[in-house]
Amino acid sequence: MDAIFESLPQYWDGFLRTLFLAVVSGVIALLLGTLLAAMRVSPVAALRGFSTFYVEVARNTPLTIIFFFSAIVLPRLGVKFEQFEVAAIIALSSYTAAFVAEAVRSGVNSVPVGQAEAARSVGMTFTQVLGFIVLPQALRTVVPPLINIMIALVKNSSVAGAFFVLELFGYGLQLSNSRGDAVMWILIGVAFFYLLITVPLGLLAHFVERKVAIAR
Amino acid sequence: MTSVLYDVPGPKARRISLIGSVLGSIIIAGGVVGAIVILSSQGIFNAARWEVFVNESAKDVWTQLGLGVLATLQAAGVAAVIAFPLGVALCLLRISLISWIRVPTQVVLEFLRGMPVVLMILFVLLVFATSPFVAVVSGLVLYNAAIFAEILRAGIQSLPKGQREAGLAIGLRSFQSRMSIEFPQAIRRMLPSLIAQLVVLLKDTSLGYIVAYEELLRKVKLISDLEPSLLFSAFFVGAAIYILINLSVSRLAIWIERRGSNKAAGGVASAIKTVDLQLDQPGPK
Repeated sequence: MDAIFESLPQYWDGFLRTLFLAVVSGVIALLLGTLLAAMRVSPVAALRGFSTFYVEVARNTPLTIIFFFSAIVLPRLGVKFEQFEVAAIIALSSYTAAFVAEAVRSGVNSVPVGQAEAARSVGMTFTQVLGFIVLPQALRTVVPPLINIMIALVKNSSVAGAFFVLELFGYGLQLSNSRGDAVMWILIGVAFFYLLITVPLGLLAHFVERKVAIAR
Repeated sequence: MTSVLYDVPGPKARRISLIGSVLGSIIIAGGVVGAIVILSSQGIFNAARWEVFVNESAKDVWTQLGLGVLATLQAAGVAAVIAFPLGVALCLLRISLISWIRVPTQVVLEFLRGMPVVLMILFVLLVFATSPFVAVVSGLVLYNAAIFAEILRAGIQSLPKGQREAGLAIGLRSFQSRMSIEFPQAIRRMLPSLIAQLVVLLKDTSLGYIVAYEELLRKVKLISDLEPSLLFSAFFVGAAIYILINLSVSRLAIWIERRGSNKAAGGVASAIKTVDLQLDQPGPK
């Protein structure tokens, strides 16, 4: 148990870096994913095709492969990173964006067409239909899955630890090498800090789901 | 096509979307051309980097990649075969009527779902001093059993209450009703989600790379360590293999989903027509 307390400074440092990776990649993924979803539901065929291609490929590629690409292949192609955090953020956000896009798209699609038709028939303009009728309903169904995607993002950020970033898992690897006598406690400590982020987020998702559920 | 976002386009809207299509295509094509220019300036398209896949040493390269694919599929297959029954068992405990069984199971499931898979793999590898294969499979089993349990629970909860009540009414025990009435329906309903989770499991085998399990990505690294100039080509081939395998499993899930919803959406008339045919085989639900 002592190993946990002795490693607290490293845990704290790793915890902050995990949070940093998750928040920055999360924000980029939300923006990119929403853009992809907008392309996917747009009437313009070329944008739809591109978005579909991107989402399908990114969702079916293992994250480790994407990390391998951004942290090992890209530098060899001449894209040098001052810090590997940048490579990790590229990998995490490009991967997560595909899942965000799917969630947002299915949220928009879950609004019955009749809702928009009714709004149009009472004379609402496009912006009104979108702002007052479609988006409020879509957001309600989208928020809980988005929180789940963010939970997955926090857990996925652990892969960065294997690609030269000292976040929680990276410290876990380092500490378990230097403190071979207390590997079990070291890793339990790492697990605790992950749960500190993922469990509250999970409860939040559960709560939001109940709160905003629409009875249709 | 009417969508919730826009009405059936008229001539003007069609013209705008055509212009948008052309502009969009140009931008996307520009991006692709730019990427190709950058890649070729790094000598990616030199024949020297690719001929290793066809010349006399091709056999060795493909053997290594093949072994990698085999190791990947092996880990995924073993993990899936163990995780599924374990998931069923966990689901049974999770929906138990006895609270001192249900609540601890819930805590365990939350714990397993809240942790990164790679951390569990490392834990098993270092604490129990196992081989990388056992570590990878154990990590995948623990995580995916928890997910399977939650998927099945959602399936069972989506069943009409009468299914269980009818089972109990004809004198089945609670466990008998679960196994012979509720689980078969839940599995059927949740088949697309279960298969989608298989894709996740398959993708997660690449975490084995981190603990030096000789799966596909590790083999790619191995090839590029021996011959650094092959890094990009080996990576490209490895990634393509992964995507092809995963895409085909995903397609299977979509196909099953469509097949399921077609049956569910079939009108009463067609249902009556097919009833005779289905009397001697398991019905749609």
